[in-house]
Amino acid sequence: MSEPILQVQNLTMDFGGIRALNKLDITVHSGEIAALIGPNGAGKTTFFNCVTGIYKPTAGDVFLTPGKGEKPVSIKGLKPNIVTGKGLSRTFQNIRLFPKMTVLENVMIGRHCRTKTFILGAIFRPPRARREEREILLHSYRLLEKVGLAAFANDFAENLSYGAQRRLEIARALATEPHLLLLDEPAAGMNPQETEDLNALIREIAAEGLAVLLIEHDMKLVMSLSQRIFVVDYGSKIAEGTPKEIRSNPAVIKAYLGE
Amino acid sequence: MITAKDIRRILLVSGWFMILTLPILGMRVDPLSDNILWRLKNVMWVGLGTVVLQSLPHLWHLYLYLQAGMIRLWHHLMGTPPHKIVEKTAHRDSLINRVITNPRQRAILCAVVLTLTIIYPQVVNEYQINIMIMAFLYIMLGLGLNIVVGMAGLLDLGFVAFYAVGAYTYALLNLHYGINFWMALPLGGIFAGIFGLLLGFPILRLRGDYLAIVTLGFGEIIRVILENWIELTHGVAGIVNIPGPTFFGLGLTPSQKILYLYYLMVLFVVITIFVVNRLQDSRLGRAWLALREDEIACQAMGIDKRRTKLAAFSLGAFWAGIAGVVFAAQNRSVYPVSFSFLESAMILSIVVLGGMGSIVGVILGALILILLPEYLRELSQYRMLFFGAILVLMMIFRPQGLISVVRRKYDIDSIKAEEKEGGA
Repeated sequence: MSEPILQVQNLTMDFGGIRALNKLDITVHSGEIAALIGPNGAGKTTFFNCVTGIYKPTAGDVFLTPGKGEKPVSIKGLKPNIVTGKGLSRTFQNIRLFPKMTVLENVMIGRHCRTKTFILGAIFRPPRARREEREILLHSYRLLEKVGLAAFANDFAENLSYGAQRRLEIARALATEPHLLLLDEPAAGMNPQETEDLNALIREIAAEGLAVLLIEHDMKLVMSLSQRIFVVDYGSKIAEGTPKEIRSNPAVIKAYLGE
Repeated sequence: MITAKDIRRILLVSGWFMILTLPILGMRVDPLSDNILWRLKNVMWVGLGTVVLQSLPHLWHLYLYLQAGMIRLWHHLMGTPPHKIVEKTAHRDSLINRVITNPRQRAILCAVVLTLTIIYPQVVNEYQINIMIMAFLYIMLGLGLNIVVGMAGLLDLGFVAFYAVGAYTYALLNLHYGINFWMALPLGGIFAGIFGLLLGFPILRLRGDYLAIVTLGFGEIIRVILENWIELTHGVAGIVNIPGPTFFGLGLTPSQKILYLYYLMVLFVVITIFVVNRLQDSRLGRAWLALREDEIACQAMGIDKRRTKLAAFSLGAFWAGIAGVVFAAQNRSVYPVSFSFLESAMILSIVVLGGMGSIVGVILGALILILLPEYLRELSQYRMLFFGAILVLMMIFRPQGLISVVRRKYDIDSIKAEEKEGGA
């Protein structure tokens, strides 16, 4: 098996007296598509928020391998922007685009952590800043073509359809050059055709060597895409395995269907 | 259209207003005879006024309805298909936005405006020039605040504090060390920028209303310090006899000095516009916009919130500081009273009225808000009423400001061409 890219050990998150995550152990390997499933309120999004630095976990540790052949580093408690800089990017369950910016600009924001120009560079525009700006533009435009939104490059992000907004979020996340991409319910609100396109897009992304961890409720999509599935319920991991194993796991069936 | 229900509501609200204002406007105790004088006429006026004010929006709708009807009738008579106008109204980027997004038209517009501003002082008197200098000063302040409020979305109600820091930097450095205008100009900006950083640190975590209150407090603190630290600032007596800007050590007559200051201001405004325009479409400018739109998504996309916010605060403050130095040089004196909350509110109104984030909007906003009260002086006591009414009406009918923001449209074909070049 290939090397692990994300190692989450014993991750616990308490909100006051409520334990949202309970000693979660999850390992994602580089290049694989994994899925995190579980009933509503199981703690899936909380898990994403803890890993990406939006919440500070109560206990446990998170290690990320910031590139091929490099040693894993702890990203627990780091600021979200630092975590993104180390090669972990995400999308949001409730779409969080920048509505009053154009589609292209939304993706360009993703290039922020890979570029440097600041106040003086912006004002005087030395050749280095010009080159950088052109790189940002070209890279972002290529990503838009990849997710099929190039035609809308100059429209406001808020004017896109729901499915297109989800794809734009993926393009924006990809612009940060992640090694691991976390997708929070990417197919929510999509029609069957859009889901089919999304399926192909995620496969394409993974084929380029990116690891993907997705939260999803569309079981057909999860079963068709993922190599490994983690099931959480009430903040604890109740099962882990291939789609086939998960489908026949009694604990999972119980969590989903009740007794 | 106006319905029976609307009329009932209007009448009810008017009645309620009449009852509410009855004790204040309708009754007066005559202190001599201890009698109550009823002034029901006043109350009648209040009722009538509220009815008129409330019907205004309805009349506006009626007007739009009639207008649409007239256009339809016109097309019916002329035999042209009516869907053409629908298309025309649907695609309505305002004229000014169409002009400034077209490079050639923009160049022409800039040239025309610049020529007019250069000719202007030759055809008007000194009083008019001074008013214009004031307006330019507020354009600078507005564009500075526009970075903080319009682009980064940080509501700053104490912007005038940085303006005061700039003005007092020049006044004090000149008083104690005899530093001239040109030396004080960058120093005032830098000092104000440092104050911006200092204020920025504690409020990094705050947003919206909370941020507004803290900045409001900060603005007041600066003013109170200026008023009470008498050994340093001379308190309310202010600092007087500040020299104006020097011109290579040449002696200028008073009228030449005004002219000189005018052209200096034109230069400063041009530089400000240039800088803000460049910032707007830069990596940093985009980060500011993203910060305004969604702070969490912004951080998750790798933007350092702290650095970005501090940059906005200190840059905005820097500009206010420079404007402050110019203000001190123009007025030849500084008093704490010049830096009251009303000034902050004025600058904020310029930004909001003009259109948050739009450079042309801020310029128009400053010109209207500064020049209008000056030219309405003939109306004496009614001018502030008129001024307030304009603000209220603007916010009702055009909440996005005079000029709504346009984002830069990238030329897709040229991107494609470049990509091919890079790929080959």
